[in-house]
Amino acid sequence: MEKFTRLEQTAIPLDIENVDTDQIIPARFLKATDREGFGENLFRDWRYDKNNKPITDFVLNNPTFAGPILVAGNNFGCGSSREHAAWALADFGFKVVISSFFADIFKGNVLNNGLLPIQVSDSQLQTIFKAIKENPNCEFIVDLVGQCIKIPSINLHIDFEINSYKKTCLINGYDDIDYLINNKHKIEEFERKRNA
Amino acid sequence: MGKTLFDKVWDSHVVDQLEDGPDILYIDKHLIHEVTSPQAFSALNDKGIPVFRPQQIVATVDHNVPTLNQHLPIKDELSRNQVAKLRNNCEEHDIELYGLGHPYQGIVHVIGPELGITQPGMTMVCGDSHTSTHGAFGSIAFGIGTSQVAQVFASQCLLVSKPKSMRITVDGELKNGVHPKDVILYIISQLGTDSGTGYFVEYAGEVFEKMSMEGRMTVCNMSIEMGARGGMIAPDQTTYDYIEGRKFAPSKAEWQQKLKYWKSLPSDPDASFDREYSFDATEISPMITYGTNPGMGIGIQEQIPSSQNESFQKSLEYMGFNQGDTLNNLPINYVFIGSCTNSRIEDFRVASAYIKGKKKAENVNALIVPGSQQVAKQIQDEGLGVVFQEAGFLIRQPGCSACLAMNDDKIPAGEYCVSTSNRNFEGRQGPGARTILASPLTAVAAAIEGKIVDITQL
Repeated sequence: MEKFTRLEQTAIPLDIENVDTDQIIPARFLKATDREGFGENLFRDWRYDKNNKPITDFVLNNPTFAGPILVAGNNFGCGSSREHAAWALADFGFKVVISSFFADIFKGNVLNNGLLPIQVSDSQLQTIFKAIKENPNCEFIVDLVGQCIKIPSINLHIDFEINSYKKTCLINGYDDIDYLINNKHKIEEFERKRNA
Repeated sequence: MGKTLFDKVWDSHVVDQLEDGPDILYIDKHLIHEVTSPQAFSALNDKGIPVFRPQQIVATVDHNVPTLNQHLPIKDELSRNQVAKLRNNCEEHDIELYGLGHPYQGIVHVIGPELGITQPGMTMVCGDSHTSTHGAFGSIAFGIGTSQVAQVFASQCLLVSKPKSMRITVDGELKNGVHPKDVILYIISQLGTDSGTGYFVEYAGEVFEKMSMEGRMTVCNMSIEMGARGGMIAPDQTTYDYIEGRKFAPSKAEWQQKLKYWKSLPSDPDASFDREYSFDATEISPMITYGTNPGMGIGIQEQIPSSQNESFQKSLEYMGFNQGDTLNNLPINYVFIGSCTNSRIEDFRVASAYIKGKKKAENVNALIVPGSQQVAKQIQDEGLGVVFQEAGFLIRQPGCSACLAMNDDKIPAGEYCVSTSNRNFEGRQGPGARTILASPLTAVAAAIEGKIVDITQL
């Protein structure tokens, strides 16, 4: 897994609530057997019309906004457990997703792919949307080690929470499989006791 | 202090606890299918790790399979490859596969219970969010991502933090014509699509106590639509009667031993929950959805509410509805009866009892997709197939079908589909399709009348 510690970049505002993983990557694109190339179809039906022409008022097609940070409305990533949604975001180039609320499975999936989900309050989210819309070039500093986001141009500083285990995984690029394999003796011991 | 059903099952599966971190949770049964497993097998192969407990895994094909001519090679190349990949992976890793043509093939959340694989007190996972279905038996069952599928392959365990607990109690008597699907759509409409996030739900009260196992599965299935990782119902005589005698159910001495354990599972009277809600069953009417998430539901006679919220308005625009509209009498051209929510034999019994002797409206395309080969066989054995055919309904072969439209079963752009499935997201049933979620009874009534009708008023 790719490591994440800190970035200083601009962000893209997706000011829509309850974005489900069917929007992030529609089911008809889930037929691949590898993890590559899903970015091409990220938000497919919002990015392109039925003739495959870009829909110009969708934010990812708006050249004003760019950057590896996606700022999304409340309850981002609800619905299907498809990890393809996380692969599509990563493949497109996103490294951080900020929202006031994430669906459980989605949050786990992005963490397992080296993306950092950051939960902020509703009012903080509105402040962030306003800051990007007023100044699309405003820079964000996302610091995982210090667990904070800063937007220096508006003097914003937000501390965020992250599970210490997941933080260690992201910083070092560890994944859960390695951890579990290293604990196999405990798992076998558990099975023995249960079957006794 | 007493323990909840959820606590009892969870705590007995904890292998180890990390300080300030997740638990190592042991998984009893792992269900897999063609869409969310190939990358997990690759991850394992890349690391050179074997599958740790292949005998605790069951595989089937459901998400992308065609529902016509399943005996022929799949036409769509990508789907064909994905199905072949699962077969190869299962052979290589010695995993039981119920593939196309197998009498046990079907939607993963339909076959688990019907084969007696799903049992109370178990932990179960699958790379599919509707794994919550199996909680109807008093098991902890939840959907996982593909990285987690790989973790379970490698270790039969997951690293997960214990969710908080919520109890939703519904007491009182349901009105005639109000089905389990209406109950869960009502609950989600009252609580919202993110109300359950971070929680595991226990459904309690008279309504669930009296409900059949298949009804309980419909309810638990949609727990994820309010954000909850899973939903559970305490096992009782209804549960035991359903399981007894099924293919993989315990028998003889083992049955007695299991039964004793199962009876110890219900929440203790003094157990406390992190959050509690209760509802009055008499308040629930036949429900339909008017928007693009399952929380946007109303009684069929009710008006679409008003809101200034932009996402809400965008959703109504997609559906072609206005605030204040009533959907009663709305003309519709498509009806889909299927999916892991409502494709079990009881659903088709309800449907056929209503349509017997009637014909579908001429303009309506009505699709019946059984949840499994066994359900398909029961439909024919019980004579329901004839009823559906005479009424002009199309009966297809088992699979997820038009619930997520990965195969050819798509609803055309702009069309309304009254669907017994679980999600009304934009484009879920095909690009531009407009989904209206409902119970099987409301769906067949719409097929007969050619419009949405309130079954309790007919």
